[in-house]
Parts: sequence; structure tokens; C-alpha cells
Amino acid sequence: MTELGIRAPAPHPAPEAAEHPQPAARFRPKEEIALEAVNLSLWYGKKRALTNVSLAIPKNRVTALIGPSGCGKSTLLRCFNRMNDLIPGVRIEGTVRYHGVDIYAKNVDPVEVRRRIGMVFQKPNPFPKSIYENVAFGARVNGYRGNLDELVERCLRRAALWDEVKDDLKKSGLALSGGQQQRLCIARALANDPDVILMDEPCSALDPIATLKIEDLMRELAEQYTIVIVTHNMQQAARVSDYTAFLLTDERTPGQLIEYAPTQELFTHPKDRRTEDYIRGRFG
Amino acid sequence: MAAGLGRLERTQAYRPRLGIRRAYNAVATGIGLVAIAIGLAMLAWLLIETGLKAVGWLDWQFITSFDSRFPERAGAKAAIYGTAWVMAFTLLFSLPIGVMAAIYLEEYAPEGWLKGFIQINIANLASVPSIIYGLLGLQVFVRWMELGRSVLAGALTLALLVLPIIVVATQEALRSVPPSIRDASYALGATRWQTIRHHLLPYALPGILTGNILAASRAIGESAPLITIGALTYVPFTPQGPLDRFTVLPIQIFNWTSRAQADFQHVAAAGIVVLLGILLLMNSGAILIRELMRRRY
Repeated sequence: MTELGIRAPAPHPAPEAAEHPQPAARFRPKEEIALEAVNLSLWYGKKRALTNVSLAIPKNRVTALIGPSGCGKSTLLRCFNRMNDLIPGVRIEGTVRYHGVDIYAKNVDPVEVRRRIGMVFQKPNPFPKSIYENVAFGARVNGYRGNLDELVERCLRRAALWDEVKDDLKKSGLALSGGQQQRLCIARALANDPDVILMDEPCSALDPIATLKIEDLMRELAEQYTIVIVTHNMQQAARVSDYTAFLLTDERTPGQLIEYAPTQELFTHPKDRRTEDYIRGRFG
Repeated sequence: MAAGLGRLERTQAYRPRLGIRRAYNAVATGIGLVAIAIGLAMLAWLLIETGLKAVGWLDWQFITSFDSRFPERAGAKAAIYGTAWVMAFTLLFSLPIGVMAAIYLEEYAPEGWLKGFIQINIANLASVPSIIYGLLGLQVFVRWMELGRSVLAGALTLALLVLPIIVVATQEALRSVPPSIRDASYALGATRWQTIRHHLLPYALPGILTGNILAASRAIGESAPLITIGALTYVPFTPQGPLDRFTVLPIQIFNWTSRAQADFQHVAAAGIVVLLGILLLMNSGAILIRELMRRRY
């Protein structure tokens, strides 16, 4: 490594070597595991996007996936609720276990997977319907038999949006501000009574104040839900997450897990030099 | 002209030639204006010519009478009823089939050569001359299915004719719903059909309706395929059911223009104005639907 941060061509791991995870990636939290990627590889057509990722995500914690653009972190996130199934030409090897159950097994319906494992997207995407209908939709399609009004209120309260919208639930979800829309999307995901909530850069389209609100919300939700968040923002990962995984795509190996550790440890004592380079802002 | 901003030493590497660029711009604008003027002028001429001819002939008597050998007693009642019957059945067949086919192609069909093949052939079908559909209708509906020269046979033939237009319009309407909406719905545990039923169809509805109205206005002006299957040209009755014989406005108009008495040209003009009026109404309806139901995401 020179002063300018240009690394001398290090001996690359041979393709076979990639079959074994990076040493710093072998970490496994000593807690109850909610979701676990096991030797997961993914191809979009002929292009490989993930290489042998094994990652155990603990229950009721916030786990952050970080890494430069194109490192496969969003792809990995979308494997956790089988959203990649919807993209033509995707092929997966390895598997994902949800409380020990293989969610890619033949007898598992992706619709049921997605009810238990909810998702919030990068750009707030409320339906062009009323606030009420936005929240009620997931419950309706999944045959919720309780009182919908109560459910909608409960979810909006949990998403810290109730006080701002309680008087006009009939208003279109699109009439809200960006930050409110994103909280509406979180409320909408909560209405399915999920176990895990996946968040794909949920704050990247929001201003700093709205971002702080969502971050506070994540910490609160972590008491009852398992949260996995993809973020570009390392401060955000450091602020909200309990564990952090660093992914990287290099010339040889697309989408590999480089390092996984408790957040504090990963940011203060990274074990892999590539992790250190990234969190010190030397690339990406 | 460049002197307006004063001379800038650094810009010597550029040769702005503002005068010539502006001249090209003026020429392009001019050509565009002339082109649109020609189109509008031709249309205006046709409308005025027809309108003037129809003056005095287009009246209540014309709307409510059957055809006659005498120009002053001739009317379009049979043709108006026939057109209404045929169009109603055409849409009854083509709308559900076209929309479901488009939904299948857009939302269910796996990507691959088969889908590409179907897609190309739908585009091809949309450009097949309408008389071919007439021949097909004659063989299949009139002869094999023994529907005779009826409203039903005519409607089925026209339904085939507009089906590709409806499929393509519906596909475009579905495609205009952003992928983020699909993602949101699937991520909430909705099935494919629930996503279509609760989101895609409602949001694409204005586009689908517009496409259908435009397809219908294509069908309403068709005469060739209906003549081929043997629609009548002289009809002193209105159809009472889908298996009755019929005529439609374009055929009636064609029939009038080919008669010997000069006054029938005026009768034909009155018929044309009625047909144009219906078309105008349908297209305004399409625009209205599009504007009123437009959504933002």
C-alpha cells in the first residue's frame, strides 16, 4: 500500500480459493439466528453477482450491509425474501435459511416468505391510494381477520407517523413528504406482522432530518423485529446497526463477503485491509 | 451578433457561425409549419365540403328513417342501429380477450423466444389489410360456424381486426405502471393476480380504455371486411338480435355514393357527418378518460 492508497497488485485469491470464505467473514454472532445465507451464489444470466456468501443474521438486531456500488449488497438483501425470483434469468446456488428452514425449498411459497420477511425500498413507493389503503393492503391480501382500523392505527403509530396523518387517512399516500412516505412504507410492511424487515438504502432519497427519524425508528423497531439494512452511508451503519457486513466486488470475485463483525469492532478494528480501506474512505 | 456579449479571448477555438445555425433553425421550423398546414388544410377542406353538402339533408327525418329509393325519404336508421349492434358485440368479444392476452404477455409469460415470436406476430397482425380479416370471417364465422351474414359474424370479424390493437395498447398501459409498484406489492406478500387485480389493472385502466376506444373507432369506419362477409347494402329494418342481418354506416354511405340520382350525394354527406360525429364523440371520450383518471406515482 502506497501513500496514495493505491494497493500493490496483491496476490489474488485463485477462483478455487473463493470457494472458502474470507477469514474475516467467518464470524458468527453468538445469538439466536433469524436468517442465514449459506454458501449463497447468484447469477443474473451469465453475470455472477454473489460468490459464496455465508452470513448469519441475529434475531431482533439491526444488521447493516455495506460496500461500494455494485458489491452485491442489494442483491443479497433481495435474496432474503426471494424478490430476485421476479427477475428473469436469475439463478441461485446455496440457500437461505429462515429460523433453520430453507426458504428456497420446493415446498416453500415465496408469497409466504415475503409476508414474514417484509421489505422497504430505496425510493419511497407508496401505492397511489389512500394512506389507509396503503397500510391495509398487505393485511387484506394475506387474509387478516382482525379489525383493520385498529391494525392501521397500530402500524402507523409504530412507524411514528400516526400523529401526522390521523386526521386524513383518506388522503393519497403520495401527498405526503418523502420522509413521511418512507415511514408509510414501513407502516405498510408492519401491517403484515412480519418477523424480519429488509431495508434497501431506505434513507438515500431523504433529507437529513427525515433520515434521523427513520434511524430512530429502526432502533425502536429492532426491539421486536429483525432488521437488515443496506446502506451507502457508513455513519448510518455505525449509528444504527449492531452488526455490520462488508461486501466487495473485485476483478476476480463478484459480490463476496469480506468481513462480518459487531459494528463497533468492524469500524474500530477491521481485520481485513480492504475493509479498513473502505471505511477510511480510500475507495468506493 | 456575437459582439453583443463582447469578445472573449479564450473562445477562439470555436467557430459559432450563429447566423447559419439560426437560419437552419428557421428552415426546420418553416418545413414543420408547412407540413402541418397541409394536413390541417386538407382536413378542413374535406370537413367543410362534406358539411356544406349535408346542410339541409341532415335532419331528424334522416336519423329516424330507413333507406329509400327517394333521396328525400332516405335515412340512416338501419345503419346507425346496425353500427351500434356490431360495435357492442365487437367490444364484448375483443375487450376481455385482448386485455387478458395482454396481461398474460406482460405479467405471466416467461421471457424467451416464444414470447418474442408472439409479440412480433401481434405487431404483424395489426398491419394485415382488413379485407383479409373479411375473408377469414366469411370462411370461419359465416360458413363453418354457420352464423350466416349476421351481426354476430360481423362483430367477430371486427373483433379479430381490433384484437392486436387492443393487446398492444393494453400492454403499453401495463408497462407504464412503474416497476416499483410491482415490487411494493410482491414484497407485501401479494400473489401475481392480487398485484394485477389491486394495482396494475386499476392504474392502467385509463390507458386500457383509451386504447379500446381508439380500436373501436378504427372498427367503426371499416367497410371492406363487412362487405366481404356479406353485410347488406339495402336494409329496411333494424336488427332485433345478434343473428339478424345488418348494415353499418360506412357501407350505407358507400351505397348512397354509388347511386344515380345526384341528390344521393347529399344523403351520403349527411351519413358521413353522422359517422364523423360518432367518431369525434368517441375520441373526445378517450381524451376525457385519460385526463380525468391520470395518476401520478
